[in-house]
Amino acid sequence: MNALLMDYLPVVIFIGVSLVIGLALLASPFIVAYQNPDPEKLSAYECGFNAFDDARMTFDARFYLVAILFIIFDLEVAFLFPWAITFGGLGDLGFWSMMTFLGVLTVGFIYEWRKGALEWD
Amino acid sequence: MNVAAAFFYLFAFVLVASAFMVISSRNPVQSVLFLILAFVNAAGLFILIGAEFLALILVVVYVGAVAVLFLFVVMMLDVDFVELRQGFLQYLPVGLVVGLIFLAELVLVVGAWVTGPGVASAVASAPPSAGDVGNVQAIGRVLYTDYIYFFQAAGFVLLVAMIGAIVLTLRHKVNVKRQNISAQVARTAKTAMDVVKVRPGQGL
Repeated sequence: MNALLMDYLPVVIFIGVSLVIGLALLASPFIVAYQNPDPEKLSAYECGFNAFDDARMTFDARFYLVAILFIIFDLEVAFLFPWAITFGGLGDLGFWSMMTFLGVLTVGFIYEWRKGALEWD
Repeated sequence: MNVAAAFFYLFAFVLVASAFMVISSRNPVQSVLFLILAFVNAAGLFILIGAEFLALILVVVYVGAVAVLFLFVVMMLDVDFVELRQGFLQYLPVGLVVGLIFLAELVLVVGAWVTGPGVASAVASAPPSAGDVGNVQAIGRVLYTDYIYFFQAAGFVLLVAMIGAIVLTLRHKVNVKRQNISAQVARTAKTAMDVVKVRPGQGL
């Protein structure tokens, strides 16, 4: 077992504990709770009427646009992590390479701002 | 058995099982949730081989963002579950044929695999060994200087993706009244009011 994997031991313990707690909370009602099942308890009911429509509505395509813009800036931040860690040894080329990268994405950011993609009318 | 090997088999088994559930689950939303489970297990496999940065980026980007995007797409499609299940067996032969063609291509690719002449020496002289520097540092040392063209190309790919998404999906609704704050603030009594002299007997 090498040192790298030992660093992740707390994560494994955390996942194990949360798994145990989650499963215990999920399983204990089946064992200890009072049960009196009835089909009417599961039926859909809307303020005195039967359900008009399916509860699963379609989403607006606008949500997709927001999500994809989020992914792009998420990736930009992902590129910043190794740069920040090795910043001291990178020199001028590494610095300006990242500045160019950020500049290109800033052009995109200005574009989406001016187009009104960040507004929710 | 080694603990690392035990975790490898655990991650690999859950990964393959959840990947199978992605394509066999009837509800697309459940498919996306199984896809997230597959991503997390793949991240575990990456950690086992020492690629910490890839593992954490997989969690941050794929689980945090791409899976949400897939969920939005699934919710946008208005999927009729009953209709989807019909005709599944009808398409099975076509799917099998496509799968077999793909398998044959993969076999041909793997069969014709040769290692390039310079690879062995390049691997032997790979600069950062796993012990003294971390995974993220090893990437950072080469990504921004040695691989600068690929890095800048990644920036342009992201720019194209951003502009493409805006061009394809941005539709401004007409007849939407927006608040124009600067116009509102700049409004004075002079610009807001207009005194009109009306002659008697005539309307405006």
